[in-house]
Amino acid sequence: MTVSATNPLTRGKQMKFDVKTAGPAIALILLCIIGFSLNPAFLSEGNLSNLLTRSAFIGIIAIGATFVITAGGIDLSVGSMAAAIAGVMIIIMNSAVETLGTGVATVLLGCGCSILLGIGAGWINGVLTTKGKIEAFIVTLGTMGIYRSLVTYFADGGTLSLDFAIRGTYRPVYYDSFFGLPIPVWVFIVVSIVGWFLLNRTAFGRYCTAIGSNEGVAKYSAIKVDSVKTMTYMIQGLCVSLATIIYVPRLGSASSSTGVLWELEAIAAVIIGGTVLKGGYGRIGGTILGALILTTIGNILNFTDLISNYLNGTMQGLIIIIAVWLQRGDWGKAKAKQA
Amino acid sequence: MLDDLSENQSLLQADCISKSFGSVPVLFSVNMEVHPGEVHALIGENGAGKSTLMKILSGFHSPSSGRILFEGQEISLPPNGEAEMMGIVLIHQELNLAEQMTVEENIFLGRELTKNGVLDRLAMQSIVKEYLQDIGLNISPSARISDLSIAEKQMVEIVKAISRNARVLIMDEPTAVLTEAETEIFFRQVLKLKEKGVAIVFVSHKLTEVKKISDRITILRDGQWIGTKDAGDVSLDAMAQMMVGRELSDLYPPMREADVDADVVLELKNLSTDGVRGVNFQLRKGEILGFSGLIGAGRTSVFEAICALRPITGGQVFVDGRETHFASVAAVRDAGIAYLTKDRKAKGLLLDKKMRPNLTLFSLPKFIKKFGLDTRAEDKALERAVRRFDIRARDPDITVGDMSGGNQQKLLLAKVMESEPRIVIIDEPTRGIDVGTKQQVYHFITALAAEGVSVVVISSEMPEIIGVCHRVVVMREGQITGSLTGDDITENEIVRYAAGLKREGAQ
Repeated sequence: MTVSATNPLTRGKQMKFDVKTAGPAIALILLCIIGFSLNPAFLSEGNLSNLLTRSAFIGIIAIGATFVITAGGIDLSVGSMAAAIAGVMIIIMNSAVETLGTGVATVLLGCGCSILLGIGAGWINGVLTTKGKIEAFIVTLGTMGIYRSLVTYFADGGTLSLDFAIRGTYRPVYYDSFFGLPIPVWVFIVVSIVGWFLLNRTAFGRYCTAIGSNEGVAKYSAIKVDSVKTMTYMIQGLCVSLATIIYVPRLGSASSSTGVLWELEAIAAVIIGGTVLKGGYGRIGGTILGALILTTIGNILNFTDLISNYLNGTMQGLIIIIAVWLQRGDWGKAKAKQA
Repeated sequence: MLDDLSENQSLLQADCISKSFGSVPVLFSVNMEVHPGEVHALIGENGAGKSTLMKILSGFHSPSSGRILFEGQEISLPPNGEAEMMGIVLIHQELNLAEQMTVEENIFLGRELTKNGVLDRLAMQSIVKEYLQDIGLNISPSARISDLSIAEKQMVEIVKAISRNARVLIMDEPTAVLTEAETEIFFRQVLKLKEKGVAIVFVSHKLTEVKKISDRITILRDGQWIGTKDAGDVSLDAMAQMMVGRELSDLYPPMREADVDADVVLELKNLSTDGVRGVNFQLRKGEILGFSGLIGAGRTSVFEAICALRPITGGQVFVDGRETHFASVAAVRDAGIAYLTKDRKAKGLLLDKKMRPNLTLFSLPKFIKKFGLDTRAEDKALERAVRRFDIRARDPDITVGDMSGGNQQKLLLAKVMESEPRIVIIDEPTRGIDVGTKQQVYHFITALAAEGVSVVVISSEMPEIIGVCHRVVVMREGQITGSLTGDDITENEIVRYAAGLKREGAQ
């Protein structure tokens, strides 16, 4: 009785989706052209490999964030989580020197702990949002503060430094290359492929999309909403721990300023990539492009004197707003057709 | 009856109004005239076009053709409820109040009284208090809407309308969710408004009510205007006849006899859940069991509890004679039980997705090959479903939200049937769909039962319960009040059980 009929039918969605999908790729190509025209060294092998390595951290975290956001959640705690994990990893490895020595075993122990910590932290976020029925924004805002203060506490307000000998063992994970590509880039590639498969080709990915699109429908469709949502946070945690594992050997230290604002960069990469912030539609490919775009902007600014490097944040902010505005513009057109 | 002269002059008039949604015509050249100071009932079966007509009269929809006259002048009503400014107010069935705000804030929403640029709370409060007293409603102006009962919320809507000097008040099934006592209060208020010269249009399925309160009655059937009669001149039977009109045998498939000795596949003993107490019934293989009752009688709750969508607070569920405790909806599905929700948009389909993911969502584990999803199998399933359920989409890539209600319902049926259940619970199988699709749905239900699937049909539409079910269980206020079989399944009997006039001992 209440539902008399559906809205007038709409058409012409095909075009819109093409624009949406290609948008981030076009933006990245444009940025590369700009970068090359400002300084041909931009496309040099050294710079490209540097750019890719840099984007690996945000990229890996953003792939996790794609799952969380697609399923209708949000995780603000990733930057602090990375710092806390890095801190604990360093403490564990330093204290294992006496028993395990400074070899590969200690590094593996650190990495193992990092993964457990990441998954555990994600599980906490997930359970508090689903079983505790607290909004994800609030939960992760809370854990963000907790993790950030924990790392400050562990470092006693200063910096936690990795034992010098272990640093030597661990160093290649960040600095070495494999088949011409730095190892962090390989990790990024593997995480991307697994993430893409998981989101687009498995029942789990379909469930994430369904939950983000309409939780009620998901529940009535025999989907275990709570456990799927918790899983997305655990995937996010795992991604954070992987990013931390390749980040720690870079500086060999952790402090209260480690990973600051990573959460915003990760979310920005996801949104620039075309994933819808309120959930229901996620694109891993877009997220990867989003992370590359963000890193490329910083890189170009480093290369040229045209705009001060201090305006990096301004450029990133503008790109985010423009990206979302473009997506919104499409919806506006669709509505106009409907009327 | 009023003998006011103005009674004969129409205040709001629909003249040859037609309306189609997309390619689906809903109203065909309908006429309706509303006079000041009259109570005008609009009756008809579900899907007859009553809601659409009301929305056109209040400007929420624009007619595809035809004229609307207000005080004799042809006008086009402003959209989105702006017709309120002209004194034409529609009270939706799903009420339109800001839940977190107070009664007073809601009533003055958008035209708050101010003094020196600051809200004049005292003045507003005293005005609202006056209105509430006038209506005999014992709530505080500072009560939060979310703390009120549905009946009270409805009264607040009416106060809101009065406070905006409504001249035409249009109400969509205002009494559907009210108890008898609340209905009494409500009608007293309606009569008061009538005395003030307000024209009141309302939809109701309760014909006795219609006869009692209204001056004139307009009957719609399948989008056609059947007639407008003085309430004094028509009997209840005549009303029903005009509403139904067509040969029912055309709409419903021939009934197959149910096998009374078939195995019991589902049995409830003393089941309780929120708002439901002590429910007992048996469902046999190949049986079509109807669940009737007023909205809010607890029918949906019973089956949501069985399907692990709502906690069971007491009693036992037996499937194939064995007691079961389902931990999740997935476990229910794997046991061969499927529930098809009445809330297609919020619980049934992902409106922003295409047909394929919607179709397979409920039974997705079936489509897993190795680690990934077998999209080719999904495509095949969609092809099959489109053929089996006659889903008509111009474009297989259409977003589900852009499909007609009838096709959405067919897709929802297909989605649920994809899990190949042995027991299907269909909640309001034909809500918001046209007559042609209804007929297909009924034939489908009957065919399922013939294949040995047990079907539960929960419906508020009596003709459909009577037309397709072997046996009917009637619920009232969370309890089963009666059970009817064969020739005993009549509208009259069902109503008596549903209204609490008659009740059976425990089965």
